Amino acid sequence: MLAQEKQAFAAERIRSDFPALDQSVNGRPLVYLDSAASAQQPNAVIDAVREYSRHDHANVHRGVHTLSHRATDAYEGARDKLANFINAGSRREIVFTSGTTESINLVAQSFVRPKAKPGDRILITHMEHHANIVPWQIVCEQTGAELVVAPIDDTGTLDTQALIELMDDRVLLLGIVHVSNALGTVNPVADIVREAHSRNIPVLIDGAQGVPHSAIDVRALDCEFYTFSGHKMFGPTGTGVLYGKESLLEAMPPYQGGGDMILEVGFDKTVYNELPYKFEAGTPNISGFVGLGAAVDYLSGIGLDTVESIESGLLEYMSGRLADLDGIRLIGTARHKASVQSFVFDDIHPHDLGTILDHQGVAIRTGHHCAMPVMKFFGVPGTARASLALYNNRDDVDQLITALKTAQDMFA
Amino acid sequence: MIERPGDSEVRELYRAVILDHARNPRHFGRVPNPTHTAEGINPVCGDKLRLFLEVRSDTIDDARFEGTGCAISLASASLMAERIIGRSVAEATRDAAAVDLSLHGNSVDALPGDLEALKGVRGYPSRVKCATLAWRALDAAIAGNGVVVKTE
Repeated sequence: MLAQEKQAFAAERIRSDFPALDQSVNGRPLVYLDSAASAQQPNAVIDAVREYSRHDHANVHRGVHTLSHRATDAYEGARDKLANFINAGSRREIVFTSGTTESINLVAQSFVRPKAKPGDRILITHMEHHANIVPWQIVCEQTGAELVVAPIDDTGTLDTQALIELMDDRVLLLGIVHVSNALGTVNPVADIVREAHSRNIPVLIDGAQGVPHSAIDVRALDCEFYTFSGHKMFGPTGTGVLYGKESLLEAMPPYQGGGDMILEVGFDKTVYNELPYKFEAGTPNISGFVGLGAAVDYLSGIGLDTVESIESGLLEYMSGRLADLDGIRLIGTARHKASVQSFVFDDIHPHDLGTILDHQGVAIRTGHHCAMPVMKFFGVPGTARASLALYNNRDDVDQLITALKTAQDMFA
Repeated sequence: MIERPGDSEVRELYRAVILDHARNPRHFGRVPNPTHTAEGINPVCGDKLRLFLEVRSDTIDDARFEGTGCAISLASASLMAERIIGRSVAEATRDAAAVDLSLHGNSVDALPGDLEALKGVRGYPSRVKCATLAWRALDAAIAGNGVVVKTE
């Protein structure tokens, strides 16, 4: 089959894999354009979680009985899949967390905080999600370090030169988003990591919006940390990953104490467990990670290259059709973008848009997208945001445009 | 315009009176010498509203507001200012309670005058906050000065 045919065939098949898409909302077929907030789950994920819960559930790493072995195999099997998926050097580098937010907080508290002191700096960019701002602010409050922010321009593109100029020997870590959730901007993270490394600055990449849309190779990126969430890559909520270079994770103190993260506990001394378990205190979200493992299989089966080509063509189509509407202002017009288009209208507040669109079965996100500094930069209280995933098609975009025209008619 | 399915229900929310007040909010601005003020914030959508009252002898002589928000929150604040000016503090408090009860509960009592239009938000749990923001600020302004109220 030709590549193009293969892609069209895949796109058609893919949609039917997601049962939640096959429903009516407010009497209209659902058009789901909010995957950047949370993606829908394919049958493969839903079934994997159900089968696990029906047959295999027990606690992991503890029992000698059969179900405990099955649960442990399923949970650890997911870790192997995730390690392969992002090309980690070892499964010991894959720490399971509750999501990107916890992954970043872990690095903030266990990697940066112990070495931070007044005068030190933590460098981020103006387009970060609150999850890549607030954990660093907390560390700054705790240690007297300073948060420094690299600027963006009015297309939503990072000023890479300004970022590089801020990379000095006071910087303990650079935290940077791979793909902006509010703007869709794809940052040139490989180049930025190289620049940071030439100045001995470790890099954490917030990959929450990166992983579902393109193939990630953490060894090629060479970043110290890469963080992402399961529910944005078609897995269950409450699952996330912290990838960290083994030597760094090894040297870091635990983030939380509890069961499973220890080898030996005495009242005078506790010996921590080996990687990655040192960072996984308490009973984890076992069924969630079984589902996430299934999501990895599903995505790998389709191929991230196919996903990327479906989405990039569709994003171009969507942004183009949106730009043709009267009175619209596109927010986020960087040259390299993925999956997301934010916009505002002169006379219609994003929340009113969201409600009117919902009435026509069209689900979009409205508000500040947990990126208030980005909103402030563009001088808007919030935006409407349509975000794409591999299951969307041109009909979805056409429905969005029709619904927006209805809103315009109402407010005319 | 072309009538599309779903329009009639959503028009129940965006009634003409709501759209009119949202486009041309009445009593927008500041009272020169306010006796009571309060700020209202809706953290989910970033709506912000500052309310100024001038109360003399238990009567609300003037009420104005400023801020940014969606059509529902602007219209609600505008309708509220129009309603409470010239009324006693007790009457305004009763109106605030009636709006709250009507939007959060299943009260069948009609809201006075144009306030009835606010009832369109009842089917929209995420939007009730928008409609009640100004009224929460009113309660706060009456109860004490300089309070920031949130709709969470």
